Amino acid sequence: MTGTLFSKADKDIEINKNNDCNDLQCEEFEETPLYAAVLTYLSYAILCLFGWLRDFLRQSNIEKKRGAVDPNASLGFVPLYQSYESFYTRNMYTRVRDIFNRPIASVPGAQFELTERMSDDYNWTYRYTGRTISAVNFGSYNYLGFAERTGQCATDAINGLKSYAVSSCSTRSEIGTQRYHVELEQLLANFLGVESSIVFGMGFATNALNLPAIASKGDLILSDEMNHVSLIIGMRISGASYQTFAHNDMNDLEAKLHAAIVHGHPRTNRPWKKIFIVVEGVYSMEGSICRLPQLIELKKKYKAYLYMDEAHSIGAMGKNGRGIVDYFNVNVNDVDILMGTFTKSFGSAGGYIAGRKSLIDHIRIHSHANTYASSMSAPIVQQIISSLRLLSSPEGKKRICQLADNARYFRRKLVDMGFIVYGNKNSPVVPMLLYLPARVTHFNREMLRRGIAVVTVGFPATKLLEARVRFCLSAAHTRPMLDAALAAIDEIGTDICLRYSSRHVHRRLKDL
Amino acid sequence: MGSPANHDNVASLATDFYSLLESFKETPFYHLLFEIFLVLTVLWLILFRKPRRIEKKLTEKEKQELIDEWQPEPLVPPVDANHPALNVRVLDGIVGKTIEIDGKKSLNFATFNFLNFVGNPRITDKAIQAVQKYGVGSCGPRGFYGTIDIHLELEERLAHFFNCEEGIIYSYGFSTVASIIPAYSKRNDILFVDEGVHYAIQKGVEASRSTVKWFRHNDISDLERLLVEQDIHDKKNPKKARTLRRFLIIEGLYMNYGDLCPLPRMVELKYQYKYRIFMDESVSFGTIGQTGRGVTEYYNIDRRKIDLISSSLEYSVGSIGGFAVGSSFVVDHQRLSAQGYCFSASLPPLLAAAAIEALNIMEEEDTTLCDTLMEKSKRLHQKLLDIKGYLIVGEDISPLKHLRLTNSQNTVARLEEIVEFAQTRGITITVARYLNDEHRLPEPSIRLILNVEMTDEELEFLCTVLQEARVKVTV
Repeated sequence: MTGTLFSKADKDIEINKNNDCNDLQCEEFEETPLYAAVLTYLSYAILCLFGWLRDFLRQSNIEKKRGAVDPNASLGFVPLYQSYESFYTRNMYTRVRDIFNRPIASVPGAQFELTERMSDDYNWTYRYTGRTISAVNFGSYNYLGFAERTGQCATDAINGLKSYAVSSCSTRSEIGTQRYHVELEQLLANFLGVESSIVFGMGFATNALNLPAIASKGDLILSDEMNHVSLIIGMRISGASYQTFAHNDMNDLEAKLHAAIVHGHPRTNRPWKKIFIVVEGVYSMEGSICRLPQLIELKKKYKAYLYMDEAHSIGAMGKNGRGIVDYFNVNVNDVDILMGTFTKSFGSAGGYIAGRKSLIDHIRIHSHANTYASSMSAPIVQQIISSLRLLSSPEGKKRICQLADNARYFRRKLVDMGFIVYGNKNSPVVPMLLYLPARVTHFNREMLRRGIAVVTVGFPATKLLEARVRFCLSAAHTRPMLDAALAAIDEIGTDICLRYSSRHVHRRLKDL
Repeated sequence: MGSPANHDNVASLATDFYSLLESFKETPFYHLLFEIFLVLTVLWLILFRKPRRIEKKLTEKEKQELIDEWQPEPLVPPVDANHPALNVRVLDGIVGKTIEIDGKKSLNFATFNFLNFVGNPRITDKAIQAVQKYGVGSCGPRGFYGTIDIHLELEERLAHFFNCEEGIIYSYGFSTVASIIPAYSKRNDILFVDEGVHYAIQKGVEASRSTVKWFRHNDISDLERLLVEQDIHDKKNPKKARTLRRFLIIEGLYMNYGDLCPLPRMVELKYQYKYRIFMDESVSFGTIGQTGRGVTEYYNIDRRKIDLISSSLEYSVGSIGGFAVGSSFVVDHQRLSAQGYCFSASLPPLLAAAAIEALNIMEEEDTTLCDTLMEKSKRLHQKLLDIKGYLIVGEDISPLKHLRLTNSQNTVARLEEIVEFAQTRGITITVARYLNDEHRLPEPSIRLILNVEMTDEELEFLCTVLQEARVKVTV
């Protein structure tokens, strides 16, 4: 909630002065316009006022209390939730609940079917009408368009089901390892250009359960402030100390590295056993890309270990789809621990860690997921194997180019129209700023009315001021789909004044 | 009243004092002010000023030297190439009642396939249909178009199966309970946890950062002791006690010990000491109780008295994932606060479809599958007790049993030998694997799991092989 009104502008100027890798690291984070900030704070203040009024009405039984009631309410138990914790849920989230958790009834491809649901009591309960709404999908993580129900990958997954059934009900360290696990790990290691890799059934768990195997008490982890929750949970459980550095700010990171080695542990001054730098490849809320070349330089200078989470960048970035390492064309062995997920670009589920054989062997022995969690299901693995094979073929190259094309085109058009768009111009995630909560919900509903499903996020997933809509481009999006979306954004943007940018001229789509 | 000398002393004191007062009146005002200021300064110096720490100022050269000298530890410590995790058996086929390893068939007593749903053609068919309709992955978290209608159906079915208000599903069994506990229990809340809970629960408890009070495994008197202690502590500070939530974390059927929790007494204590019960029924779902509805059915306790039941779809149901059921008031909170639910991609639809079909089978054949399993478990238990030299840990009705060698012969190495020998004879069993940082590392054991489709002859064969193995190993 602190003012971000001016700090980001300075960062931009610094970036543009950066000599090397200019084009690849060209990012923009225009500062929040003053009037938008004021109006946003005012909106939340008014929402709070109304929230308190409604709570008061509910307390004094003037208004009916909706929502579930504690079955243990009158028995003297300590309340399970404090009333201030659920203030936000009751009074703000429920008003706009219909824009989240929308159920779908088809494959989450570029065009999909949403189940229609109606609410007669302002989003407290829903009823399903049985109809579906067809919409263009800008919300699902389907970067390379592998979310398909027909085609090579789906057929292979079905064959996997017939040969291996759904699950083997055992862990990898007991009887759960199958030939296809070994095959996938080898294929993945070859694809990434590393010695070895290990796969897990859930991407979130890959971070949360394996960071404790790598880092432990006495280590220091320096993590970017925008890192994903799974990384933070992993850091916490590992027992290591952790500090955050400003998002993508290499000067801040260097200062912290310097101080860490010179002064050691803050109280005892003991030297740290190991220092880790944890970053993500593509940050999905900001659309920015980590500064890998500078990170590698820093890591070599200060002898730290680099952990890169490529959840959103593997498959989607780089001319061969090999992620950020491919994008910047650096040596893959410079990144000590490569992590990624299969949910986004491969249309499947799960995560992996890749690197040197000694690292992977250590993880196999000490990972929580390897010892206690069920091994991956056959069709899931088969889908990844098929899509990996496809990625190395001409068909795959076509998809990668199409995604890059779509991302750049879409972003260029939005920027030219005068909207504030954050992030790197090559990132497949395009966040556009909306600021006011009312505009956020109106935008979402209006886009759906025009047949385009988008994802809007606000507080607490983002900073209080920076509510945004996040477009996830896909290789499966055709030019007409993108144009339809741009036309809709243009129309709605004019209706509710979403053109905030002061750096670019505000234009209508037809004038571009 | 004293002697004239005393009287004189007092009088002189009085005059001294009087003259002191007179002199005060005569001093200039600024002098008084200065004196007061000095006194106050001295008081401040004594009471409030903290001694300044002498800071080490390092020169740039010294800092550079420190940086050059510092050597981090290697990324990972040296690895033992003979560790069992690096030398696992690699299978290639359906892991059902029988498995094929190196071309030879063997009976499978090692995987959590209690109801033999692995490889069931009905379930496979439904999963194939789901792939043909939805593709493989769900491509998003539940909040952003990752909610597929099949998830909502599965949640409803699970809630209906357990006769609870609402259900919620997770995409990974381990993350289920590890995300649930921190969603409700925060710093300063109190958790009473059984020492024998499995690793995922331990991690959930750790992630919550609450005050944890461990009680000895299945020891109600130890739990009561802790509750009484906490009660005494509360009475000293009732205002604080009113804001601290208390939870009891237990399992229905313990995975590491194969025994049931003493639920009736725990429910009684719940209403006496006002804590909420979170029970993990990963192993007891589908295996205990006449229709597989778990420990609450077995003990005939109203399920509404348990605040939250969490379980797994990876054992009896034969799919992947986890779920929780309970009252809407409790379960709905997780949709915004459970990290493993909000920030993770949702369960792939084909796995949800497989789970729904498994539930269909359980609900239609409900009187025979679980009953049969409990019967066979009892019979197996009797047969195992007849073998000399083994210690059987677990309830007789539990399909999950731990086998240990008696006395000091119980080592992992000997158990591995038994497992190897059994494999040559056509029985697949496994040593239970744990990480060393378990809260209370269980004794080494072989985890025997009974499949409901096993015949009596097959159980006899298992016991014969176990007997031969023991003789061979302890010679």
